[in-house]
Amino acid sequence: MISLEWIKDYIDIEDQDPKELAVKITKAGVNVEKVISNHIDHLVIGKVLKCEMHPNSDHLHVCQVDLGNRVEQIVCGAPNVREGLKVIVALPGCRLPGDFEIKPGKIRGVESNGMLCALYELGLEKKTEEAYSRGIAEVKSDLPAGTDANVYLGTNDTVYELDVHKHRNNDCYYHVGFAYEIAAILSRKVKLPEMKYDTISDSVKNHISLKVETAKCPYYLAKMVKGVQIKESPEFIKRRLIAAGMRPINNVVDISNYVMLEYGQPLHFFDKDKLGNNILVRDAKEGEEIVTLDGNKRVLTANDIVITDGVKPVCIAGVMGGENTDVDASTKDILIESAIFDAVSIRYTAARLDLRSEASIRYGKGLNYEYTMDAINRACYLLEKYAGAKVLSDIVTYDNISKKQKDVSFRTEQVSSLLGLHLTESDVETELKRLDFPYSLKNGIFDVTIPNRRLDIDENVNDIAEEIGRLYGYQNLESVLPILPVKRGEYVGDVKIRKEISKRLRSLGLNESKTYTLVSPELAKHFRYENKERIVLPNPMIVEKSVIRTSLLPSLLGVYDYNKARSVKDIMFYEIAKTYDKSYKEDTKVAMLMKGNYIINEWQGINIKADFYALKGIVENLLNFLGFRNRYTFKAEEINDLHPGISAKIYLDREEIGIIGRVHPNYKKDEIYVAELSMTKLYNKQIKPLKFKDASKYPEITKDVAFVVDESVESETIKNVIKKSGERILSSCHEFDVYREIEPGKKSIAYSLTFKDETKTLLEEDVMVVFNKIIKEVTTKLNAKLRS
Amino acid sequence: MREKLLEIKENALALLEKCFDEKALCEIKVKYLGKQGELTSVLRGMRDVSQADRPKIGALVNDVRNAIETRVNELANKFAEAELNRKLQSEKIDITLPGLQVKSGTPSILEKLVEEVEEVFMSMGYDVVDGPEVEEDKFNFEMLNIPKGHPARDAQDTFYIEDEKVLLRSQTSPVQVRTMLAAGGNKPVRMICPGKTYRRDSDDATHSHQFMQIEGLVVDRIDRNISMSNLKGTLETLFKKILDDKTQVRFRPSYYQFTEPSVEVDVTCCSCKGKGCSMCKNTGWLTVCGAGIVHPNVLRNCGYDPNEWSGFAFGFGAERIAMVKYGMTDIRKLDNQTDLRETAAFDRREG
Repeated sequence: MISLEWIKDYIDIEDQDPKELAVKITKAGVNVEKVISNHIDHLVIGKVLKCEMHPNSDHLHVCQVDLGNRVEQIVCGAPNVREGLKVIVALPGCRLPGDFEIKPGKIRGVESNGMLCALYELGLEKKTEEAYSRGIAEVKSDLPAGTDANVYLGTNDTVYELDVHKHRNNDCYYHVGFAYEIAAILSRKVKLPEMKYDTISDSVKNHISLKVETAKCPYYLAKMVKGVQIKESPEFIKRRLIAAGMRPINNVVDISNYVMLEYGQPLHFFDKDKLGNNILVRDAKEGEEIVTLDGNKRVLTANDIVITDGVKPVCIAGVMGGENTDVDASTKDILIESAIFDAVSIRYTAARLDLRSEASIRYGKGLNYEYTMDAINRACYLLEKYAGAKVLSDIVTYDNISKKQKDVSFRTEQVSSLLGLHLTESDVETELKRLDFPYSLKNGIFDVTIPNRRLDIDENVNDIAEEIGRLYGYQNLESVLPILPVKRGEYVGDVKIRKEISKRLRSLGLNESKTYTLVSPELAKHFRYENKERIVLPNPMIVEKSVIRTSLLPSLLGVYDYNKARSVKDIMFYEIAKTYDKSYKEDTKVAMLMKGNYIINEWQGINIKADFYALKGIVENLLNFLGFRNRYTFKAEEINDLHPGISAKIYLDREEIGIIGRVHPNYKKDEIYVAELSMTKLYNKQIKPLKFKDASKYPEITKDVAFVVDESVESETIKNVIKKSGERILSSCHEFDVYREIEPGKKSIAYSLTFKDETKTLLEEDVMVVFNKIIKEVTTKLNAKLRS
Repeated sequence: MREKLLEIKENALALLEKCFDEKALCEIKVKYLGKQGELTSVLRGMRDVSQADRPKIGALVNDVRNAIETRVNELANKFAEAELNRKLQSEKIDITLPGLQVKSGTPSILEKLVEEVEEVFMSMGYDVVDGPEVEEDKFNFEMLNIPKGHPARDAQDTFYIEDEKVLLRSQTSPVQVRTMLAAGGNKPVRMICPGKTYRRDSDDATHSHQFMQIEGLVVDRIDRNISMSNLKGTLETLFKKILDDKTQVRFRPSYYQFTEPSVEVDVTCCSCKGKGCSMCKNTGWLTVCGAGIVHPNVLRNCGYDPNEWSGFAFGFGAERIAMVKYGMTDIRKLDNQTDLRETAAFDRREG
């Protein structure tokens, strides 16, 4: 939160419209998410001159209110309204929060030209029982009647809410840093805050000895003030803290926050009497405890940094102070800490303790060491001025921080070529001046020193190009395609087969679906046909999304339910998605689902239902398309969540690649058929290149034969015997009829056999020899009977 | 004899004149032209004709035969044609009854969008690359200039599987890292990587914990001068193709760890064409993409010397583009709730 009223202390923006300025700032790269103004028009301070009971009411009063330039009659129902009271008056035309417009009118027959307001009616306080009973706001101020009430209420200010997710470091989250940003945009200069104060001859060194025993604290400054008077902060400090989203507490605490919001440097104030004479900064001990300011006991780990009094922790560095040394109403002497701690460590500690404060966020983003010193001086100045403090001379310092200057050397062309702009040396100079970056230019080479406040800028030309580009304006960029050698763009790895499978399944009438990778433990229980161990997230958001699936089928059934609930009758789906097991092994799955009518034209009596064979046909079509004809088999097998009599595993080159079957009625009572293949396994199989083959010149001979066998004998078994006995000349064999009503436990399957010789015209006698052999083999080997 | 023949001709033609069906025609044919027919029996009397008259009579016989035959054939054809017409007429169908619909499946709307984007980029020589969704912290963050503990990790609240080691990728950028590493620091890279990504977000109409990102990367020798204006040209080519050929692209400065300079990319609102509407919150622009010049640290981490190689990278959410392109308001329809009543319309080419 940036207060514009506050910013005006450091840069002249009186001529800027807050909304237009926000657009300029956003265009230059810092997103102003919201421009917040609490300003209410037609709101003035009034003074009640006369207050009489309303003739037609037992609680309303009729008041004559002085508005500076005139006196108006206003009816008021508040219990505390009385003669002589200064009040906040909403005049006709005023719109109060909730889009409530004040209009002149009559209240129970008496003219009333405005409203005397309570703070909650202005949106500045919560409407509670207590606030309501307090009545209208009583203005305690010397401001004369007729003054704009926004001045008194502090609602004159405009506040910018910034997008905190942007990754630029924290220089825009404090007012001095933000002033530099505005200065660059408007080509103006920044005026830094006042920080001159008097010191007494007593030195802080007489009162404290500092030791730092951790590498995670490279910079630690301490100053001391005596004799502070704890009281309310001056209005401007309170107002500005509220505008920036912080709660005023007392002048001393508020000053530490105020300085943090000015310089981005968090300060910590210790009650010097409670602290004693030693400060030791060190890594916390595992299991060490401290009660923090909020009254909670915190257990520390060796990764945390603590400030101790030499023995016990008095503060979790950068995160929160300890109760044992806090500033309270009786505090007299204060030790001010201004330090830099390891950003990563602070972030971890704050996250672990769930104590993300304004201070820890700023430590976590990294700090400019120059402001560590400025902030402590600024705090002394404010404590002297607003808390009656006497500042001790000297400063206790631990300084192990790198003060290496960041320099970048570059030529104008380098920046031009990165941006694709034609910049001149003077263009670059103009932008560097706006940025207030010191530079020199010799023989076409710029040497730029990056100010320490810009922690986000590294020593490379890209960073400089970014700064110049954003100020010069990206609207000046032309759109030009890069000039690169011509090359073929291709699908790499298994992307191609995924696209091919996807398109094939669409052409076969299945609709593509997308579902979540993360599923509930309940869903994850189903279709565990591979016995893979699943990945369970250690910190899921919700239990419904806590397990990484190994099968897509439970999710696909979810999409089925979703569509069924919306009265879709024929539901055909497929999905291709990656799955992972506990060993992080990736397995891309192709899942298919069918329910209802596959092909239908009712008036013609055409109605092909989705059943096992429809889905099997699709799987076969797909596998043939992928080049695996004659290499795969379906083997009946019982699989959890599938109908025990209607389920099979699918094998390719004897490797299991998937499953197919009807969903078990216990799981889903509808007649749903599903299949799932491992695309990863399919991708890893080699196939032969396509080759043209002439069709045979010699005629074929077709023979039909039907066998009666036990119900348990599978057609595949019979066909295998047929094929084996059919020798070279049997070119194909397919079922054309299955008939059951012969005798119980038996079935008849009829086959159509095609014989062909690639080298000559077959003779009937030759075929009959083979045909008879087939019949003999099938009948003897499979206990089958020839059906006449 | 001559008279006789002329009489036969006259009678036959008169009969044929009154013949209206196949059967009668057949009878007439037999009666006059058949083996026992009248013309044949007259011919039997040829031997009584004088030698001198024979040729004349012979010619006359042929003449008569031809006349009758011609007429018979004419009628036969006429009757056959009439018969065929009757048959065809009886086979007339109601062509307004519905045709047989062999259904084709619809693509997922998201996938359709992705395929369109792929087509644009492949035509410009970009490869389409995939990578793991269960990813190492190293590839998802560290090599992209986002070390452990870096504040930039906050914006991408990540699903960790093993603390700070293995995660569900929060962006597709690790595929870029892997691609650069595979190219070994001495070959140019031109690729896009569409894929699923995951962040800790509560699912509602505009947020999804799982979403599809499409990122792109070009790395080439520094003397190719790959610039921000090339990036703009590339993205303009893309968005003109998939949104509207009048689409304008604008860059706004932004901050990302893996690009420098970084920009956010706006396109003119495809709903109001930039005039201002509810979709673009009356700005006329939609923010659709983040992009920039690849950060020298990222190049270095992935084996490329930033003094010799440079390039640009960009990334956008496929859902966002699909939603603005097709006027959708609920992201869940794209990532988890395929409603066949809604997707049916997407089984067609683009307009």
